Amino acid sequence: MKLTLKIWRQKNNKAKGELKTYPIDGIEGDMSFLEMLDVLNEELINKGDEPVVFDHDCREGICGSCSLQINGEPHGPDRLVTTCQLHMRMFKDGDTITIEPFRANAFPVIKDLMVDRSSFERIQQAGGYVSVNTSGNTIDANAIPVNKQDADDSFNAATCIGCGACVAACKNASAMLFTAAKVSQFALLPQGKVEATERVLNMVAQMDKEGFGNCTNTGACEIECPKGISLENIARMNREYLSASLKG
Amino acid sequence: MAILTSSIARKVAMALSGLFLVIFLAQHFIINLTSVIDPETFNSLSHFMGHNFFVQFLAQPLLIFGVIFHFIMGFVLEIRNRGARSIKYQSFKGNENSTWASRNMIISGAVILAFLGLHFYDFWFPEIVHKYIESHPIDETRYYTELLQKFESPIRTALYSLSFVLLALHLWHGFSSSFQSMGWNNKYSKALQGFTKFYAIFIPLGFVFIAIYLHLNQ
Repeated sequence: MKLTLKIWRQKNNKAKGELKTYPIDGIEGDMSFLEMLDVLNEELINKGDEPVVFDHDCREGICGSCSLQINGEPHGPDRLVTTCQLHMRMFKDGDTITIEPFRANAFPVIKDLMVDRSSFERIQQAGGYVSVNTSGNTIDANAIPVNKQDADDSFNAATCIGCGACVAACKNASAMLFTAAKVSQFALLPQGKVEATERVLNMVAQMDKEGFGNCTNTGACEIECPKGISLENIARMNREYLSASLKG
Repeated sequence: MAILTSSIARKVAMALSGLFLVIFLAQHFIINLTSVIDPETFNSLSHFMGHNFFVQFLAQPLLIFGVIFHFIMGFVLEIRNRGARSIKYQSFKGNENSTWASRNMIISGAVILAFLGLHFYDFWFPEIVHKYIESHPIDETRYYTELLQKFESPIRTALYSLSFVLLALHLWHGFSSSFQSMGWNNKYSKALQGFTKFYAIFIPLGFVFIAIYLHLNQ
């Protein structure tokens, strides 16, 4: 397969970036998108040019490291897959593919296609945990009965890998789906209810502080999320937030 | 104070003011519909709305506040949201994951705002002048005639109809979205969404029908 790649190149956070065009040949449909970028980088290195910088780690869709806005969509045109799972068979011979970093002020570009998503870490640190006494008195989690539906919903929320596709897809660069998934996974479990009030207040406050936009319920985040995190989580977070605010 | 300034509080404020305007719209539609069914009923309802103390001095100021609040909040949110992504995408396929109506509430909202300007110029300001500035004897039968006069012009009728199409788009996203904003997303949401989509089409189309009917029945 012969392709034309238009890739965002930016030396560092301060530099002005631009799209640069790279023709590439010999791409197989069975290659992943990242393998295609590996091929390009090998060519660039062989020519003495700087390789394109992009995030990646597990390459099996579970770590949330890979990102990329591919032809106007986070993680590309396929559904429920991360960029590392996106196969080149989704494209046709002769296609032009535009590759940009996830864009949001809260995700500043580090270099080329790599962005700093530590704002997500700070939201998580603001309350995305359950405080547990680990001094030997820990109660076995399985000893606490949990309603099956709540357990399933909590597990679904917990499958969020924090890749940031929700922010990238949202026209407002809102992080509501990510924050809602992290709030929901604990709010649904008895272990999480103890700190529920301060959790939702602190996580939403941190989310706002990071400079993400407001959610306007377009639903783009749910469609583009590689893990299919549902908008129900945002509604749950809104309920949790309103009830926590009224409590004090 | 977080309840007043947080992103979720803003969502809820937009939702509540929007729902308030949705209820007002239904009431406005029912009164307008009587102009097609029975002009006398329209005259007496209009007279009641124009002279009832509760409507004039409690409901009307509340409505005007609701409209102004919804618009100002909408523009403030739009500016903040645009500011959350200073460098725009070179390629952004919004149509792949969301509706045009949901992404362009500011456009449909701005058209509705412009329409409200025309609507106030046509009906509200002349009514205020008629009642409170100039002295006229009370005439309970003038409303239908005045209404017909306004829809004599094909341009005005077309402008009203176009605005209602944008209103339909605004409601298509906004009405159902307001329940999500307030945390309402459960097994009944699908049925509720069906109702909101029906409302979003039926009410604006009804207003278009009334405008065209009045234009054709001069």
